[in-house]
Amino acid sequence: MATGHDDHHHGPAKGFTRWLYTTNHKDIGSMYLWFSFAMFLLGGTFALVIRAELFQPGLQFVEPEFFNQMTTMHGLVMVFGAVMPAFVGLANWMIPLMIGAPDMALPRMNNWSFWILPFAFAMLASTLFMEAGAPNFGWTFYAPLSTTYAPSTVTFFIFAIHIMGASSIMGSINIIATIQNLRAPGMTYMKMPLFVWTWLITAYLLIAVMPVLAGVVTMMLFDIHFGTSFFSAAGGGDPVLFQHVFWFFGHPEVYIMILPAFGVVSEIIPTFSRKKLFGYDSMVYATSSIAFLSFIVWAHHMFTTGMPLAGELFFMYATMLIAVPTGVKVFNWVTTMFKGSISFETPMLFSIAFVVLFTMGGFTGLMLAIAPADFQYHDTYFVVAHFHYVLVPGAVFSIMAAAYYWLPKWTGNMYDEALGKLHFWLSFVGINILFFPQHFLGLAGMPRRIPDYALQFADFNMVSTVGAFIFGFSQLLFLFIVVKTVLGGKKATAQVWEGAEGLEWTVPSPAPYHTFTTPPLVP
Amino acid sequence: MAHASKETTHGAYEPYYVPEQSKFPFLASIGLFLMVFGLGNVLNDIKAGISATGSSWLAFTGFFILSSVLYNWFATQIRENHQGLPSAQLKRSYVLAMYWFIFSEVMFFSAFFGALFYVRNLAVPWLGGEGAKGVASMLWPDFSPVWPVISNPNPQLFTNPGESMAWRGFGEALHYLPLWNTILLLTSSVTVHIAHTALKNNNRKKLITWLALTVLLGAVFLVLQVEEYAEAYSELGLTLNSGIYGSTFFLLTGFHGFHVTLGAFMLFVILMRAVKGHFKPEDHFGFEAASWYWHFVDVVWVCLFLFVYIF
Repeated sequence: MATGHDDHHHGPAKGFTRWLYTTNHKDIGSMYLWFSFAMFLLGGTFALVIRAELFQPGLQFVEPEFFNQMTTMHGLVMVFGAVMPAFVGLANWMIPLMIGAPDMALPRMNNWSFWILPFAFAMLASTLFMEAGAPNFGWTFYAPLSTTYAPSTVTFFIFAIHIMGASSIMGSINIIATIQNLRAPGMTYMKMPLFVWTWLITAYLLIAVMPVLAGVVTMMLFDIHFGTSFFSAAGGGDPVLFQHVFWFFGHPEVYIMILPAFGVVSEIIPTFSRKKLFGYDSMVYATSSIAFLSFIVWAHHMFTTGMPLAGELFFMYATMLIAVPTGVKVFNWVTTMFKGSISFETPMLFSIAFVVLFTMGGFTGLMLAIAPADFQYHDTYFVVAHFHYVLVPGAVFSIMAAAYYWLPKWTGNMYDEALGKLHFWLSFVGINILFFPQHFLGLAGMPRRIPDYALQFADFNMVSTVGAFIFGFSQLLFLFIVVKTVLGGKKATAQVWEGAEGLEWTVPSPAPYHTFTTPPLVP
Repeated sequence: MAHASKETTHGAYEPYYVPEQSKFPFLASIGLFLMVFGLGNVLNDIKAGISATGSSWLAFTGFFILSSVLYNWFATQIRENHQGLPSAQLKRSYVLAMYWFIFSEVMFFSAFFGALFYVRNLAVPWLGGEGAKGVASMLWPDFSPVWPVISNPNPQLFTNPGESMAWRGFGEALHYLPLWNTILLLTSSVTVHIAHTALKNNNRKKLITWLALTVLLGAVFLVLQVEEYAEAYSELGLTLNSGIYGSTFFLLTGFHGFHVTLGAFMLFVILMRAVKGHFKPEDHFGFEAASWYWHFVDVVWVCLFLFVYIF
């Protein structure tokens, strides 16, 4: 048996079992990213089914029952299968490189936290082929839709959530332990790249709320199979209890999906502005404040569910407070670009689009935070437009920005800049055609999660669907660009980008299989 | 450049250690999947009223694969530790991981405690017509909101429990099992600490004695809890189907009992390892992890005793 020490000088193991048994953070990071992309296409296909059905009023392609399965599966696959694993993949690849660590802190558990994911999603997706049909109660799975009135496949949904939760918790423990324990000497907390900082806080959020999600699905399991009455008022429970516990998880969850995006953008904007990030310390404090606030705003998802007035007011004001640290971040990104020597490579284009469009999503969030106004917007397409603006041109654009930014470091090859820019513009135009009209639909009163609608909504829905197909099919171009870069291309230098700073740019491109064998010196 | 300085720092710091690749995580994933998929089928088969034999075998196979993989995984970690492979840094990572794992367990219990507090202080009073949302009492106008909920809003759907598990006053204290369980668990936290001190003083005999006593106390706790549950089902008529009081009672104490089982099993494995002489006064992470877990389970019980039984 070779000792780990000797291993450093070896390359990857031979054969496909390398991917099954690997403990290497780069292998595992790549697997997370490919898995995430596969789920992105799967969830995207579900979305296109939804948009195709909504192209015209009336029922064209699918039954309402199947439509509900599509909205549910789209949400679940995108949140738990596409966005979260993509960020964990980036964390796996980049955090050890950025802090001068040899690998993740617990490499074998790292492999385990990845490999249970495909099984969980296989189980979840298999419900589509079962007689009872896939879960149809929306990704928020409110009781009693998900308990009393749920299809029998809800059992597999519950267990799939348990496994995804276990994966996230193990992944986060690994990331926290890596950051706490494996920083190279001299890499103090306030010297860490912001991507590392945002992930440290994200991992903390994940460990805090994934067990709560496990708790709430466990209560569901017992209500369904063992006769308890957590969510049944007939037994003294309360369906609203479900929403409280779910959103106690759910609100930090949305920051779990956006804080690493903040980190990515905070890496990219300084590089292409050729300036240091403006207000590093305030970025750290703003991220921490957002994480703290995320625990005390959950009931703003429930303004219309019935809460005492004091509750409505508390959650309204607490939610509005989040705009302050978020505003600090947007200010800092813009100020970093101010008087910078900016060049517009693909990662920078995605990042600038992120700042603009995410801010728009943030503003519609502020509108939704106003309790009396939310009574009007609640469960309309305005909400759909709001959270898709923060998640698609927010989280997803930042993932694409990160992919273009670090692809040369991962593969050793430069991607095709012209194609990258084409991908960006198609995505940018597509996404706005797709989601911008949905604001108007919502304000005009179109409810979400319906397969059919009144005639006055027809035009905007048609426009939205056209945008969806533009955006959806442009992602095949992304796949093509990534595969092309993996296969070859102009060789990348170690630094790759003229303005790039940080440990990851000091190692060769592609980064060696084992990067650091002893702690590097941090400048 | 960190690159060039790699050579200069070499020797100044301990070289990094990365464990070699392993088949265990992937095999454990297969086991976990089969177990969970089988279990899902078992539950659905029972609910549909069809035979669950096939799915039970699937779940059992998965459980068998998972546990044998975990056994070998832990055995490998222990063997590598005896060979002196893990660096001091990796051992610190183990410690951090255990801390954060226990934090995640704390949050798991928080979900159930949160549900209990919400139901007791908001949902049940509202159902009875009190407070800001008292309009909910229009559903079952006869329901009176007392905790423990002995008569449910709809007793046809959820059978009323005959009696609750609440504290029966000092007169009955000697016959009150939860009090004995509290004493047992608090004592076991002390005994495991004595065992730890013995280990640090390299006194193996004392370590084994006190550790064995801890495991025994844990086992007695579990026996008493089984007796308590039997009493609840057969004499008090308190079941999982008894409405919100039974739901919160059984899930909170049940998940705690499950964690006690796990903790006692961990301590038992540690006891076996102590008998084999695995631990050194300066290197015994396995012992510490199990004992931290045990203290955590103890703290959860104190909260349970206060908020489920007493108040």
